[in-house]
Formats: sequence, structure tokens, C-alpha cells
Amino acid sequence: MHVKQISVFLENKAGRLSEVTAILSEAKINIRALSVADTSDFGVLRLIVNDNQKALEALKNNGFSVGVTDVVAIEVADRPGGLHQILDLLHNAQINVEYMYAFVQQNGNHAVMIFRFDHIDEAVKLLEQNGLTVIDGAKVYTM
Amino acid sequence: MIYDIEFETLPREALAAIQLRRLKATLERVYATVPFYRNRFEAAGITPNDIHSFEDFQNLPFTTKQDLRDNYPFGMFAVPMDNVVRIHASSGTTGKPTVVGYTARDIDTWAKLMARALTAGGATSRDIIHNAYGYGLFTGGLGAHYGAEKLGASVIPVSGGNTKRQVVIMRDFGPTILTSTPSYALHLAEVAEEMGVSFEKLKFRYGIFGAEPWSEQMRQEIERKLHLTAVDIYGLSEVIGPGVAIECHEAQNGLHIFEDHFIPEIIDPVTGKVLPYGETGELVFTSITKEAFPVIRYRTRDITSLNPEPCICGRTLLRMNKISGRTDDMLIIRGVNVFPSQIESVLMEIEGIEPHYQLIVDRADNLDTLTVHVEVSERNFSDEVKVLQQLEKKISYSIKEYLGVSAKVKLVEPKAIARSEGKAVRVIDKRKI
Repeated sequence: MHVKQISVFLENKAGRLSEVTAILSEAKINIRALSVADTSDFGVLRLIVNDNQKALEALKNNGFSVGVTDVVAIEVADRPGGLHQILDLLHNAQINVEYMYAFVQQNGNHAVMIFRFDHIDEAVKLLEQNGLTVIDGAKVYTM
Repeated sequence: MIYDIEFETLPREALAAIQLRRLKATLERVYATVPFYRNRFEAAGITPNDIHSFEDFQNLPFTTKQDLRDNYPFGMFAVPMDNVVRIHASSGTTGKPTVVGYTARDIDTWAKLMARALTAGGATSRDIIHNAYGYGLFTGGLGAHYGAEKLGASVIPVSGGNTKRQVVIMRDFGPTILTSTPSYALHLAEVAEEMGVSFEKLKFRYGIFGAEPWSEQMRQEIERKLHLTAVDIYGLSEVIGPGVAIECHEAQNGLHIFEDHFIPEIIDPVTGKVLPYGETGELVFTSITKEAFPVIRYRTRDITSLNPEPCICGRTLLRMNKISGRTDDMLIIRGVNVFPSQIESVLMEIEGIEPHYQLIVDRADNLDTLTVHVEVSERNFSDEVKVLQQLEKKISYSIKEYLGVSAKVKLVEPKAIARSEGKAVRVIDKRKI
């Protein structure tokens, strides 16, 4: 059910991001979605890729600090208010969204978004009970 | 085993009497033969006749590395060159080298002290000693060599370098004691592994490592990789060379100082005040048996503390704790004294922090700034920026709390801080003063 996300610590230095993409490209890994959160000193790159194990190894072998986090991929109706419906549900249930970002690919007529929750299982239960589609990890990696 | 059972196990009162007698004789001699000491004593209004106790002794001025440099090369010698049979010198990487001399009796004293040290470290006359300390102007190689011969052991004078040949010798000659710097011991282990030689199958029993500061973690790593018991040896050429103090292999807990030859003191490096046992400060030595190159209250710049508790090995000699830093490394940041080792202690208290850090000192608008670079590891990394920022704040808060100095903490990538062969560069001081 959950999607595995790889995160990488990056110093704010020119060319650092392109080193990561070079390593992944060399390892023939396809990036499915990504986001960068940054401060003045450092950034955290978050990635959904098609082969977690291979990506982790390649990055670790090149000396990066890498982590794996469980996140959730959710279908969002591609119309005004689609995202708001989800956030409203979560807000009312007092579940925190730590961060979120959009998936490049659509799933049928739906947009796909990646969510990182403080209480992941409660969030998934709540969303499914309200008729929203949570996309399985295996599907996300190859979508 | 104790090499010199009489002098290494003297009752403390008997030892103090011997020290005072030898101290007075040394003071009289340097006053008569070394113009530097005579001038210093006169400037302080003291003559050797005024020294009746250790309290009186504490009124004598200190001698510093700079004093030795100012009297380069032979100005501090207390005997005519005719009587000097050996000269050693420090590398001089931070200025003029420091030159020291030995009479024939000094060489014999030194050999006996090293025989004591090797014995405390586990060696006997039946051992084969692989001596990988460098031979030459550096005191390490010849110091250990003469001690090994005095003890009656078989010494392999292999010196430093040519590591592959050393591994072959270790395999074929079957040495049982290794003497080297701790970092070279680990290098030997790596090269042996590459060559397919297992330390487990070698005959080493004990390793006697010194000439650079090393941590308890490093001891464990050496013992695990080299399959031997590792002890710490301390010395410096200004005092005599290796063999000033040695850890006994029985306790592996602090280094016994050969006090019948050297009087140790711990002082506050800023005020010069003598500190009581247990308190940490700068180590100061006075030699009381040396002929050619006596030193009076010489400031070693090494930071440690003294432990008077009795030891399980039977020696009654004081123990100094492992060297925790150098006063040379001391930073004064907005008037606060900070040692890199103190920052390291704070970092090690925080869960998940690796001991890889660097201190960057700079000055902005006439105010000193301290930035601490800390490497992010698998253990403290998070996908959430706020968690990483909290870690930075926590480190910064701990430094402020323990050391009273504000520091900006910056997380850097793993291996961002250069690893060096020998000592890591812990401090970059960009201040232009």
C-alpha cells in the first residue's frame, strides 16, 4: 500500500543535484517524481524511483546520506476543489501533512500526489473510507 | 612485571625525598651552567638556595617551546659539547626545530626508562620487538631501540615506511611486540589484509603505541584488527623522548609517570596556577636527573590530568590520563577558551552524531564567529527539513550550555570533511588579527 520514497541530503552547492541525477542515470534508474526542500545551507531531495534497491545502493556507494520513508500516493480529482477535498478531510481529522508534491504522470483522469503524513495508517484509512483511491507502491514505481 | 622494582614501587614519602634532593641538584647545576636559567631565576628574584620545598619550587618561572627556539641550537645545553654524545631534534614544522642533547649517562638513563616502559607494556627479554618508530633525528626509533636492547629483547630496527616489507618481516620473523605510532599500526593492518596476511596468525602479544594522541575508540579498533593488547606510551624530546610515562598492560588505564626522573605538574594554561590532582590542564615537566639538557617547569602544551590512586600493577607512580588535546589547539572565541576536544565531547553526547566535525572561526564586524560543521550520517538523517534544523539547534544549544560560546551549526554531507593520513584538521581559523 505504502510507497517507498528515497531522500538524499544535499549541501547547497552548485552542481550537487546534477551529481545525483548523473549517478541515477548511470544506474539506469527512472525518476518517477521528485521534490526538493531547502534551507540556506542544505536541502533534502525526495525521490520516487522505479527501483528503490538499486537507487539506494548507487547513492550510498557514492557517499550520500540516504534515507527511506513511507509515503502515500493518492488520486486527486482533476477539477477545482479536488485537492481541497482531501486536505479538508485530513484537517478535520487532525492529521498533519508534513509535505506533499505532485506526480508527473496522470492515472487515467486523475492527478496523482505524494503525501507524507505524521500518522500514515490513520490517514490512509480515512481517505479510503471517503472514497478516495490510494495507489499501491508497486503500481506507482512503474506507472 | 616491573623492570625496576625498587624505584617504580617506592613509598610516596621516600619518592618525594628523592625528588627534592635531585631537584635541588638540578637547579644548582642549571643556575651555574645555563645563562638562560640564571637570567630567568634572577629576574624572578630566586636563587636555587631559596628552594626548600615543592611549594617554593612552584614560584620558579616556566620554560616554553619559544624559549628553546630562542636558544637554538645549543643554548640550553648544561654541559660542554665534549660531553654530548647524541643530538636529536624535533621536526620544526611550526618554526625552528628544537634541538636536544644527551650525555653518555643520559643515554643510559633513557635506555633504562624505555626498558621500564616496554616491561610495563608487556615485553620481556624473551620477546622480539618490531620497532616501526622512525629512526633518525626523531627520538622515537632510537629511544625504543636502546630500551629494547637494555631489556635484553631482540629488536628489529625496521623504522617507518616500506610497509609491505614490514608485513613480510612480521610474517617471517614472528615478532611478539609492536612499537609504532597508533595510526601506523592501523595502516599496517590494512596493508597486511591487502596482502592476505592475517594478524590473527601472527605472534604479536602487545603493542606499545605513542607519539600522537589517540582515543579509546582507536585502541579498541587496533586491538580488534591487530589481535594484541595495546598500551599508550608518552614522551617528548624536550623532556627525554619516549619513556616519560607508560600505561601498564594490567590496567590500561592512565600512564605511570617515572617521577623519580621527572616531576609533573598540571597548570591552568591561562593563569599558570598549579591545579590539584584530578583537574584538567596543561602538563608541565621538570627533569631532575638529566645532564645535557635539563628542563625546568617545561610547558608541554599537552592537556591532561593526574590520578594519584593506587594501581593494580603495584607501581606507586602517579598516572596521567590520556592526552585529550593541545593548548596549541585552544581557541579564544569572544574571550572564551574553547578546545576542539570539548566540542567533540559535546557532539559525542548527542545521539547519532559521528566524530567527524570541523570548527571554522572567523570574524565579522570585529566579532568572532564560530561555525561547527557536522557530517550528516545515516543515523541522524531525516527526510524532513525541520528535523534536521532541530538537530542543528540542539547541537548549537548544547555547545552554548556546556562551553558558554555561541556557535552556528552547519550540517554537511558525509565525507565532506577531509580525512587525513595522520591528524584530522579540526580547526580553520580565518581571523585576521
